Amino acid sequence: MKEILILAYKLLVNDKGKYTALLVGTTFSVFLIVQMTSSFAGILTKASATVINVGASMWVMDPGVNTVLSSIPMPDYVLDAVRSINGVKYAVPLYSGAALVKLKDGTYQPVTIIGLDDASLFGRPQLLDGNIDDIFAENGFMVVKDEEFPKLQNPKIGTEFEINDHRGVIVGIAKVATGGLYGTPTLYTTYNRALQYIPSTRFTISYILVEPKTTSDVAYIKQQIDRLGYLALTSDEFQTRISNYLKYQTGIGTNTLLMTVISFIVGLSISGQTFYTFILENLEHFGALKAMGAKGRDLVYMILFQAAFTSLAGYGLGIGLSTLLIGAAKWRLPEYASRVTYTNLGLAFLLVLIIASVSSYAGIRRVLKVEPFDIFRG
Amino acid sequence: MADKLTKWFGQDNARTYAVREASFEAYWGEMLYIVGPSGSGKTTLLSMISGILRPNSGSVKMGNRDLWSLSDNDIADFRLNTIGFVFQDYHLFPRLTTAENVAIPLILQKRSWSEALCAAKRCLEVVGLTDKAQLLPGKLSGGEQQRVAIARAIVHEPEILVFDEPTASLDGETGRRIVSFVKEKILTAKRCILIITHDSRIFEYSNRIMEMEDGRVTGFKQGQTV
Repeated sequence: MKEILILAYKLLVNDKGKYTALLVGTTFSVFLIVQMTSSFAGILTKASATVINVGASMWVMDPGVNTVLSSIPMPDYVLDAVRSINGVKYAVPLYSGAALVKLKDGTYQPVTIIGLDDASLFGRPQLLDGNIDDIFAENGFMVVKDEEFPKLQNPKIGTEFEINDHRGVIVGIAKVATGGLYGTPTLYTTYNRALQYIPSTRFTISYILVEPKTTSDVAYIKQQIDRLGYLALTSDEFQTRISNYLKYQTGIGTNTLLMTVISFIVGLSISGQTFYTFILENLEHFGALKAMGAKGRDLVYMILFQAAFTSLAGYGLGIGLSTLLIGAAKWRLPEYASRVTYTNLGLAFLLVLIIASVSSYAGIRRVLKVEPFDIFRG
Repeated sequence: MADKLTKWFGQDNARTYAVREASFEAYWGEMLYIVGPSGSGKTTLLSMISGILRPNSGSVKMGNRDLWSLSDNDIADFRLNTIGFVFQDYHLFPRLTTAENVAIPLILQKRSWSEALCAAKRCLEVVGLTDKAQLLPGKLSGGEQQRVAIARAIVHEPEILVFDEPTASLDGETGRRIVSFVKEKILTAKRCILIITHDSRIFEYSNRIMEMEDGRVTGFKQGQTV
């Protein structure tokens, strides 16, 4: 078997023009598929940035909430009710909202405000500079140093700004695991200061962060919160909910799916057609092999090997090219929303396998129909 | 031995007979020519004898074996182990070296590449092309390509060699040289060579000539007497 596959390999790679065309087709297709799905994965991750950065085990919210920023405020009694559920170790409120900051030069800049529980500061970011206790100082805010940081004119500790006619002071510079999707700088402060500084509705709690005593308490807590008319989700479930919203209730998912399908069709067209042409051009050679005594299954193995080898090489090159370009883009734009996940790689691999299967199927059908007699008589 | 081999193409009223009840025997150590005008059924007959084309009736026997009673896989094995083909237009693989081309029958027999290439080089030595082993067929002349095809046909030491119009694309001198070479170096007491040809310039090298016309075997002549 190995010898026949080496023969197939030599017939394939020695035809440099066709082999290059096959590789380019598959590589380009994989590149497009991975690029699109990675961008989508990046968007999904960034859309869940607050959930990831705060790091709570469970989130309680209004059932109408689809993304972190579109919170629907809940009344204060919900917090007390949640705290009284058996299995809840602790529960704290979280404020999440948007505001306008007036900078020193008079310009306005939209920001995301996260208000942390005054008592515990649960969900606080890692500080790069400053002291966490200073957040309790008058007008204290911490700013996240991410790609959006320059939009606040690169503030330092002590930098002042205005927020809804209140004075704000930067008391710490922090970093978070994941940058946000919406291109606004993030400020952390205490929950009560957020309520005090930012105009709010009658109900004020954006989310309640819950830590269950054990993982087995999660189901009971969710059930009890459901009876209150609210929704409790684990961190993973909340991220999935956000992803599903973006996938199925906005155009982003459909657009990505369409682009992925188009990439697949482009790849299938280029690779499939080139491979089929390669088989047609070698048809008489396959026929000669058949006349000399090669069995149908030997020829099938040869074609499958050629298709698989080309596809896997194209897959590797496509992944490499995508990674290279995403890496280069992130080098220039650190917040570039693209993330290569195992799911992206698996999807691209699956589509490449389909491309290889379709290409080889057409070729195999043709080769198996070749009559050695036609070769023999010329 | 071919016994009453018949082959037709098409169905019912459109049926055309290519070979009608052709019978003959070939012997070890013999170079048998099959001659006749175009359309006389030479290639069809040789295809049936060599396990390429299934006859509609009749049998091909080698010893006690009836070729066409075997399964398709066994017939493929018969071709692979017993027959060596030299096609009219050679069918060399343009992107494999000469040595790799010659090694193909052994590769199909699942021999290792190193063993197959060693045997291929020995055969290239027999046909006088040792120095061309690493060249691609496109770099060779017509006569050299013919010799590569012969080397490929003998590399697995088959008992029967089948040539289809071996001199068709060669000039007279080269054609004679090739056939003379085949008779002197390739034909052995344990091998039979069947050659389809129109080329009367090479008749002198045959042991026997079988004539065909309209799909029928019309007679035999001794090669030297033609």
